Amino acid sequence: MRNSLIYTVLLALGIGVSVQSCQDENSLDYKRYYVNGKRIYEKSCQSCHGADGKGLGTLYPPLTDTTYLKLNKNQLSCIIRNGQQGEIKINNITYDEIMPGNETLADIDIAQVIVYITNSFGNKQGFYDTEAVTSDLKTCK
Amino acid sequence: MKKVLFIALLGLILKSCTNTSEEKLPILGEREPIEKTVDGKVVIDTLYQSIPAFSYFNQDSILISDKDFDNKIYVSDFFFTSCNTICPIMHRNMLNVYNKYKGDSKVKFLSHTIDIKYDLPSRLKKYATKLGLEGNQWEFVHGSRDSIFNIAAKSYLVAAYEDNTDPQGLVHQGWFILVDTKKRIRGAYDGTKEDQVKQLMLDMDILLKEEFGDAK
Ligand code: HEC
Repeated sequence: MRNSLIYTVLLALGIGVSVQSCQDENSLDYKRYYVNGKRIYEKSCQSCHGADGKGLGTLYPPLTDTTYLKLNKNQLSCIIRNGQQGEIKINNITYDEIMPGNETLADIDIAQVIVYITNSFGNKQGFYDTEAVTSDLKTCK
Repeated sequence: MKKVLFIALLGLILKSCTNTSEEKLPILGEREPIEKTVDGKVVIDTLYQSIPAFSYFNQDSILISDKDFDNKIYVSDFFFTSCNTICPIMHRNMLNVYNKYKGDSKVKFLSHTIDIKYDLPSRLKKYATKLGLEGNQWEFVHGSRDSIFNIAAKSYLVAAYEDNTDPQGLVHQGWFILVDTKKRIRGAYDGTKEDQVKQLMLDMDILLKEEFGDAK
C-alpha cells in the first residue's frame, strides 16, 4: 500500500517532469530558431523586405499581411527556397516582381527564418520545425 | 579653479557658436592651381574637379542634361533595377532623403542605371512608379555604356563595372555623391548605412545654406 503510493507519486512526478522538459525544449527550440532566423533574415531577406518587414513601395511586398502568411504557411518554404514571381496581392495591393530563390539555405535555415517572419511584424504563429519544411518542400510546384 | 572652469566653458560656447555659423563642407576630388587675370593683375586661383557636361534619357524618355541641374544641388548614385543586393537598401534610404526635400526646387536626385541592356527608360519609369515617385525631381537615367561607366569612375569617383564573375554580372559601390551648384563634389556617403545617410541630410542643409543663404 505504502509502496504503491510512492510509485504513484513518483510516476506522476516523472510524467510531470518529462512533460515539463518537453515544453521547455520546445520553447528553447523556438527561441533558438527565432534568434538564428533573425540572423538569416538580416543577411538574406532584409535588403528587400526591410528591417521592419514593410517592404519597399510596390517593388517589394511587406511581410505584415498576417492573413496571407497564415493562409500560405505551407507555401512559405517553397517561396523561400525557389523564389516567387507573378501577381500576388498583399494587404490588398498588387505586386508583380521577381523574388530570387535561396538554393543555399538548408531546410533548417528555412525553418528558422519562417519562425522569425511568422512571429515578427505583427505575425504570431508560433513554432515551425524542420520536418514541416522538408515535407512542405515536396509539394513545391 | 572656478576661473579656469569659466574660461573653459566660455571657450566651449564660443567654439560651438563659430562651428554652427561658419561650417562649410570640403570640396572633394582633384584640384589644380591656375593663373587668372583679375583687374589687370595675375592671381592664382584653384580649379576644382567638377562634373562635366552630360546628356541622358530619363524615365520619361526625355533627353536631360547637366543644364537641368544648374543652380541646384543634387545627390547622385549608380544602381540597376534588378539588383537585389544593395540597391533596395540604397533606394529605401534615398527615398527618405527625397521625402525630406520633396518639392524643393533647389534639390534634385540623379540615379544612373549601369544595366545598359535592360534598364531602358520604360523600365526605369516602372521602377520609379513602384517606388511611389511622380514628376522628375528624382531622375533615373539611361546612357551609353561608355558615358555611364566613365562618368562614374572619373567624375563621381564611384566604382561601377561589368564583371562576369559576379552572379548578376554587374558590380557597383553604393555611394551617394553630393554635388553643389558649381557641379563640384561636396560629400560621399555610403548609401547602405543609415547613419551616413543621416549625415548626408545634415550636410545638404549646410550646403543649401552656403549656396542659397538662409532664405528657404
Ligand atoms: C531581391 C529582393 C528579395 C529578397 C532578397 C527576398 N525577397 Fe521575398 N519577395 C520579393 C518579391 C519581389 C516578392 C513578390 C514576388 C511577386 O511579385 O510574386 C516576394 C515575396 C515574398 C513572400 C510572399 C509575399 C509576402 O509579402 O508575404 C514571402 C513570404 C517572402 N517574400 C519572404 C522572403 C524571405 C523569408 C526572404 C529571405 C530568405 C526573402 N523573401 C528575400 C523580393 C525579395
